[in-house]
Amino acid sequence: MSTQTEPAPIDSIEFVTFSAGNQIFCLEITQIREIRRWTPVTALPHTPPDILGVMNLRGAVIPIFDLSARFGLGATPSNERNVVIVAASASDTVGMLVESVSEILSIESDQIQETPDLKSDAARNYITGVIAHNETMIRVVDLGAVVGGDNA
Amino acid sequence: MALKVLAIDDSRTIRELLRVAIENVGFEYECAVDGVDGVGKFSQVGPDVVITDINMPNLDGFGVIDELRNGTAKTTVPIIVLTTESSSDLKMRARDAGATGWMVKPFDDDALVSVLRRVTGYQA
Amino acid sequence: MSIRDTFFQECEDLLAALVDGLAELESSGQDSEIVNAVFRAVHSIKGGAGAFGLDDVVSFAHAFETVLDRVREGDLAVDGKLLRVFHKSSDQLTDLVEAARDETAIETTARDSVLKDLETYLGDQVEEEEFSFDALTLDVPPALEIPAEDSASRGVYEILFRPHAALFSNGHEPSLVFECLSQMGDLTVELQDISIPDFELLDDSGLQLAWRLELTTFDSETVLHDAFEFVEGLCDLEIRPLTRPTDPLPTIASEVPTPQPTPSSDKPQTKSEKEPKAPKATLRVDLDRVDRLINTVGELIINQAMIAQRIEELDLPGTSQVLNELEDYKLLARDIQEGVMAIRAQPVKPLFQRMSRIVREAGEATGKPAKLLTTGEGTEVDKTVIERLADPLTHMIRNAVDHGLEKTDTRIAAGKPEEGTIRLTAAHRSGNVILEVSDDGGGLNREKILQTALDKGLVAPDVELTEPEIDNLLFLPGFSTAKEVSNLSGRGVGMDVVRNAVAALGGRISITSDPGQGTTFTIVLPLTLAVMDGFVISVADQTMVVPISSIIETIHPIRRNIHTIGQNGRLLALRNRYVPIVDVAENLGLKSLNRLDDQIFLLVSSVSHGTCALAVDAIHDQRQVVVKSLKTSCGSITGISAATILGNGKIALILDTEEIARTGASASELAHEKLTQMEPALVDAN
Repeated sequence: MSTQTEPAPIDSIEFVTFSAGNQIFCLEITQIREIRRWTPVTALPHTPPDILGVMNLRGAVIPIFDLSARFGLGATPSNERNVVIVAASASDTVGMLVESVSEILSIESDQIQETPDLKSDAARNYITGVIAHNETMIRVVDLGAVVGGDNA
Repeated sequence: MALKVLAIDDSRTIRELLRVAIENVGFEYECAVDGVDGVGKFSQVGPDVVITDINMPNLDGFGVIDELRNGTAKTTVPIIVLTTESSSDLKMRARDAGATGWMVKPFDDDALVSVLRRVTGYQA
Repeated sequence: MSIRDTFFQECEDLLAALVDGLAELESSGQDSEIVNAVFRAVHSIKGGAGAFGLDDVVSFAHAFETVLDRVREGDLAVDGKLLRVFHKSSDQLTDLVEAARDETAIETTARDSVLKDLETYLGDQVEEEEFSFDALTLDVPPALEIPAEDSASRGVYEILFRPHAALFSNGHEPSLVFECLSQMGDLTVELQDISIPDFELLDDSGLQLAWRLELTTFDSETVLHDAFEFVEGLCDLEIRPLTRPTDPLPTIASEVPTPQPTPSSDKPQTKSEKEPKAPKATLRVDLDRVDRLINTVGELIINQAMIAQRIEELDLPGTSQVLNELEDYKLLARDIQEGVMAIRAQPVKPLFQRMSRIVREAGEATGKPAKLLTTGEGTEVDKTVIERLADPLTHMIRNAVDHGLEKTDTRIAAGKPEEGTIRLTAAHRSGNVILEVSDDGGGLNREKILQTALDKGLVAPDVELTEPEIDNLLFLPGFSTAKEVSNLSGRGVGMDVVRNAVAALGGRISITSDPGQGTTFTIVLPLTLAVMDGFVISVADQTMVVPISSIIETIHPIRRNIHTIGQNGRLLALRNRYVPIVDVAENLGLKSLNRLDDQIFLLVSSVSHGTCALAVDAIHDQRQVVVKSLKTSCGSITGISAATILGNGKIALILDTEEIARTGASASELAHEKLTQMEPALVDAN
């Protein structure tokens, strides 16, 4: 994981960017508890493909989602760069399998734009906005929607 | 030295409300959960002023005043009666029992504090 | 926790004390101590509610309190009718407090009807003192008042002030009174002739001092009098306006005689014959903190198991000191765990208290007078268990009154007392909590139950059922015997919901009935939800845990005992019976490693499908596991109730045997479908 530390200007938010389903997403750094290497999880029966199973995180049983599958972008292909982002929402702590983590971005809050109206994009339900950065579109993940996600 | 207040009330809610009102102005706050506890705490705490409820288990407010004024403590520390009843009869009874003043619940924080100041002469 | 929360928490205690007191009043008659306690409970609720402006609560509590006060004063005698009004009032107060807490609307018709009942007992007191809560009779003179330009509006007053000895013994200081006056305007203080009494008459309570004061103030004479409010009656006081340009009020010269303190009658209620019970010291702790602690202790237990496993792997000689220390560590960890669990344990009493109200209301609604008798109220159960028992218990109690008790004339004909009895008991028995709900009604009508089940196609027509089996039909989903749907039980909730709620708590429910004598429901619950005894088993390649409580026995089958029926159906021959076999792996959408006859069968009893044999690959050992709930974000998972963490740090799922048995029959097709969804490729990667 390469980090690029810039002096954070006032009113800026730090995001961790990562890729899932060949798209770039990001999550506010304050929501992230840790980033772990992928290890096999305990599968749960009769669950949709985006729930991989549960993992022991220091005595707590936390669910692990395949973020790409949750976003309707197909299962994450197995890869040694795969990591699990452990994030805590108000209600729950969850792990999210992603292809890889890229960098930490410091974004001024006014740089976050509303999500363009892309009806076809299933991921849109899980996005609070987008950031244009170095000519790529970074989608800001709505953690609450991912955790609560019954519209998977 | 901060003014030391001992409040005797069997209602947890009232005790907490009193605590907030009293600690807010920097006074020291101690409380007791009924009359017997109150009389016991009095000698331990040595308060500058006592606030007491009337309707309490074990020993009621009149009993507390009687005990503090005429029992072993024989104190002239100001005692404020805090009660829901505003009847003048009750006030007279409180005064005759030896209460210094009275206030009616629900109380207003500022009014409570000024009564405490008034009967103790505490200015800080 | 906010003070508001504290208030509502306190209200719960006070309402419980109220219910208690009323029950005592009912059983032991009018005792002044009890009446006082009841009065105090209502009074304290009123006092606290006033502080938060909960006017509905205040005004109702006031009416309630006023009637109680009349009882206290001996103006009213408590009879059955008044007790019923008190019970209703207590229920109503509970509702009002709840409405205030949840900020929901109150049911005014119900309240007004109870209020009306109360008012019939108010006598002529009702008008006597208009109850108002605008509080503060005390007006504290504002310290900073900007004087008006017009000096003519200022009054000059002469005040003659001669304190009595009682003024000093009541804790007053003349100087403080002067201080207060001086804040109202310009004050001059002049000590009058010191009238020292004859030396023999001089007591130690102070000299006979008198002051003459002159106050120039904007305040009215009334405000001036207010400054003397506390000392009135404790001094000779004369207030005379010298110049009073504003409002020419008649001169008030008050020579207030000191009333002699009335002794005997108003004697403070001193220590009664009974020594006051020293309250047991308790500590209120945020539940979150306890749960965090429980969680951490759970981790400690797991950690201990992991260390034990590592040490075992070292293969130390049996004499090694480490093994002894390890054993101590284990015991200590268990002690801590039990201690922490005990924090969550609470007596079932509040729950039982709520039920007496349910009986009353159900009795009224159905026209079947009924009373509740409770035993074992002190039995302690995990807080969550108690909370989650409220609904099923309410339903069972309603059922007991509605369906269990006979109509009054039937009872009389049977020589039973007109009033039905519902019994609610709790007890600890061999590591479990046993709850029983029984009625002294007519018992179950088995013929009718069987007929209903047949009509609804819940049982096959050719099946011979034993009496207990018929009784248990009540727990089948969609079963309801009531011909006419009463407004009580007919709420679309059947006993199956009760059964599910109990099962969700890791418990089981059973029923016994004696014709003519009544019906008893028995609920057996684990003491805590946090730990559980389980068998560690293998299913496909996964380690899982089965609650021991659900297992009747384990069986190593022989091939000839396994019979096939139809395409997928398989039965196990067991002592002249056939029980259906459910392959757990298949049921969970996993692939069995073994052929069926190499598997081990766990015989479980399910409510829906009777006895079933669950086929698993292996049983490893029996141990206590810490139950970790699966997060809601996983949704509810069929066949799995929770998870635990084993000594090796791996997660093991805990099987929901009831659910597996229920879905077992029809699961095979579904399982194949799910199998393809599982994406095991990724799970198995690395």
